[in-house]
Amino acid sequence: MIAMIHATLKTLSSYLANKTLSSVELTQAFLAQIDQFNSTLNAFIAVDYDKTLLEAKVADKRLAKGDFHPLTGIPIAIKDLFCHQGWKTTCCSTMLKNFISPYDAHVVEQCKKTNMVILGHTNMDEFAMGSSNEYSCYGPVKNPWNTDFTPGGSSGGSAASVAARLTPVALGTDTGGSIRQPASFCGITGLKPTYGLISRYGIIAFASSLDQCGPMAKTAEDCALLLNILAGFDERDSTSLARPFEDYTHHLTDSINGLKIGLPQEYFSEGLDPKVSDLIDKALKALTELGAQIVDINLPNTHLSIPAYYVIAPAEASANLARYDGVRFGHRASHYNDLIDLYEKSRAEGFGQEVKQRILIGTYVLSHGYYEAYYLKAQKVRRLIANDFQAAFEKCDVIATPVTPTAAFRLGERQNDPIKMYLSDIYTISVNLAGLPGISLPVGFINKLPIGMQFIGNYFAESRLLNVAHRLQQATNWHNQQPNL
Amino acid sequence: MLLTDEAILRTAALSRIAINKVECDTLRKHLNQIFELIEQMQSVNTDDIEPMAYSQNIALRVREDRPATPALREDFLALAPQTKNGLFLVPKAID
Repeated sequence: MIAMIHATLKTLSSYLANKTLSSVELTQAFLAQIDQFNSTLNAFIAVDYDKTLLEAKVADKRLAKGDFHPLTGIPIAIKDLFCHQGWKTTCCSTMLKNFISPYDAHVVEQCKKTNMVILGHTNMDEFAMGSSNEYSCYGPVKNPWNTDFTPGGSSGGSAASVAARLTPVALGTDTGGSIRQPASFCGITGLKPTYGLISRYGIIAFASSLDQCGPMAKTAEDCALLLNILAGFDERDSTSLARPFEDYTHHLTDSINGLKIGLPQEYFSEGLDPKVSDLIDKALKALTELGAQIVDINLPNTHLSIPAYYVIAPAEASANLARYDGVRFGHRASHYNDLIDLYEKSRAEGFGQEVKQRILIGTYVLSHGYYEAYYLKAQKVRRLIANDFQAAFEKCDVIATPVTPTAAFRLGERQNDPIKMYLSDIYTISVNLAGLPGISLPVGFINKLPIGMQFIGNYFAESRLLNVAHRLQQATNWHNQQPNL
Repeated sequence: MLLTDEAILRTAALSRIAINKVECDTLRKHLNQIFELIEQMQSVNTDDIEPMAYSQNIALRVREDRPATPALREDFLALAPQTKNGLFLVPKAID
């Protein structure tokens, strides 16, 4: 039982294939973990034992027939913003607390087609707006390494549940760092793919030009296995990109001899905890011992990422969240005088403070007289940031950076300081603005809290990122560390 | 730029979100901090730069206008706070 919950997807897959283990047994093991530890962590906000065990039984039938996928029968947790037919899909918002999705998101369909077993929905910041998981109507998730600290956000429930072995793998989304930052804070591996690689159909929208789904797991290899079923064209997402099928496990073990790793000076300057920098240096040393070369690069407009992001993301959010009006679905106030009053009270009661704040920023920057000064300006800055990356990739194959300036911070520490909270994502946001892939993986600890590092690749360079991360994980042991709960 | 209470209230009204005095105070304080950060964008010249809406200049794809499986009408109506005769019910909007 103990070995089972720590095993990689590849190992679990082989156990299921050779009948050492059934999907029902495996699923029961993880449900028992949830039973034991979720009251401490608050990582899951919805679990349905009957539905989940039924899925496991169906997976076992498929396994018995012999016509199965490597992920058939493997349990998975999903962030509470993927529409999941027959399940409450709430985005951890009072606004959607009673919303039962009538359909499945594309990525949920993909999990179901494969007969993965959905364990339940994980906690998150409301509408994915947050970096600490404190903005959830279900209360904050606790970091499994130290429950006084945040697991990061917004995919904090997914990250904590993988780290605490409540699930072998999870789905998250990343709009400004929401997979990579919690992966770093919880000591797991998380991949934000190239924008357009995975369909956003059925993912409750935050900022449509930035949102991207991705895998969160213990290892890069596990991320690759899950990415294999997530990636692919879907006509229902108008920004989905048609690409030839790629097996993301194929290049995991390739040599990295001669690989050029770019180090952007701007990411290793003021504000970065020197202890984080030291751990990244050690990881880079391990990579150079495998033959990689370090080259200095510049990303000169990095400092403008957060200003541009906090115009673009709220602008898109204010438009996307306009649909929550108390008329067709979602919360409706019980007392109102007229239609406008119904809108205003329903939205006031349904949205939390951070969501309201971002809607107001978005409305302001899109309003008459400010559109050019803010929104258009931010889109131009976004172009400069994307151009910086393309210039950098002329000199290197991948870029190495910190994920966050510090280790996880204490719950409550930044709740009343939006700037300090937003700066948690200073090293991840530019990747979303440019639409590039990025991966976070653990490289050590500071005061018993995990620290991650990030590799950024050019468009559709997921295989390369997974290869570098896998080689590093073969040479180090940080990804095998687990919290004592 | 310094946002006033009046600007906050106007923006909240445009956003169709009712806010009280305490919320207005907090929002004014936070939004002024955030806009101070946003103003840093003005430090760079972007005169000849093309705005970027999507990465890789993705153009939103349009699909062919063809008949498809109808939406789950009953399922969607069941999610609404109030319906009548298959329609979403709202307070009287026109006299």
